[in-house]
Amino acid sequence: MAFSNEQLERYARHIVLKDVGAKGQEKLLNAKVLIIGVGGLGSPVAMYLAAAGIGTIGIADADVVDLSNLQRQIAHNTEKIGTAKVESAKETINRMNPDVTVHTYQTLVTKDNILDFIQDYDFIIDGTDNFSSKFLINDACVMAKKPFCHAGILGFQGQLMTYVPGEGPCYRCIFHNPPKKDEVPTCKQVGVIGAMCGVIGSLQAMEAIKYILGVGELLTGYLLTYDALTMEFRKVKLPKRVANCAICGDHPTITELIDYEQSECAGV
Amino acid sequence: MSDIIINDEVDITDVMCPVTFAKAKVALEELEDGQVLSVLLNAGEPVRNVPRSMEYEGNQVLKLTDNQDGTFTLLVKKGGTK
Repeated sequence: MAFSNEQLERYARHIVLKDVGAKGQEKLLNAKVLIIGVGGLGSPVAMYLAAAGIGTIGIADADVVDLSNLQRQIAHNTEKIGTAKVESAKETINRMNPDVTVHTYQTLVTKDNILDFIQDYDFIIDGTDNFSSKFLINDACVMAKKPFCHAGILGFQGQLMTYVPGEGPCYRCIFHNPPKKDEVPTCKQVGVIGAMCGVIGSLQAMEAIKYILGVGELLTGYLLTYDALTMEFRKVKLPKRVANCAICGDHPTITELIDYEQSECAGV
Repeated sequence: MSDIIINDEVDITDVMCPVTFAKAKVALEELEDGQVLSVLLNAGEPVRNVPRSMEYEGNQVLKLTDNQDGTFTLLVKKGGTK
């Protein structure tokens, strides 16, 4: 591929990296990543992927920007209050990097539309704030054989893991089923420290970039947890794929996608 | 120099660090292992850093010639040290 002089300059610090190079940058420019939820986590993911030159970024989110989002959702700003988050994020991405084509889906992701959304993408980012969506994204990605990076944040804690088909456990292997409504505190009740979104979202962006480049090791088969107060990262080895997992096991009992009742796990 | 077959050439005198090495590397990645790229580069920072970066990435610097006009010509063999 022929890089323009502007692209050579924009991506110089990638191209000079031994593990990226021109070929790697070309892979990034040809890649398609879907970000489901462009709030706390999805903001830094969208911005770092845009800056990296991911050629096509899809963003799905039904919400509009609210003043209470701006303590952590850095893709949006005060002027965008009341604007659809997908439109606000698209403008942020376009301003950062005109090389990126942005597709926006201003809708709730449900069992009826998720397979259509994910089919055109190489990697999926779970930037959602509720267990219903997290299980839906997992189940849909397992069914459609798509890799994705899960993350969750609450208070001063965060976690993430990456699923790659055939290479490790899925989210449901580990967490089985969504908690009952009101069983866990939500971010609205407990809060979340804004910079947590930057730490964990940036790690999600890193997973997507490494997957696309085909370099290093992903968090497949591992859950990385971060405690900001004790300043500890823990890389927890997960069991291998669970043979009786309801979605990725040998005999899946879930054969159709499920929309659980919304149960918020973090106001991402 | 006459016995070295040059497969491609690139002029990086029109750009600044780190685009110098990036531009040379883009040209080199188009070549096959064992092929030779001729790089025209400025004296100073580029001539200090670009040959070193090429070698760091496993290529072989065959020759560096001072053109006596403020530029150098670097001949680098792709993957030559592997």
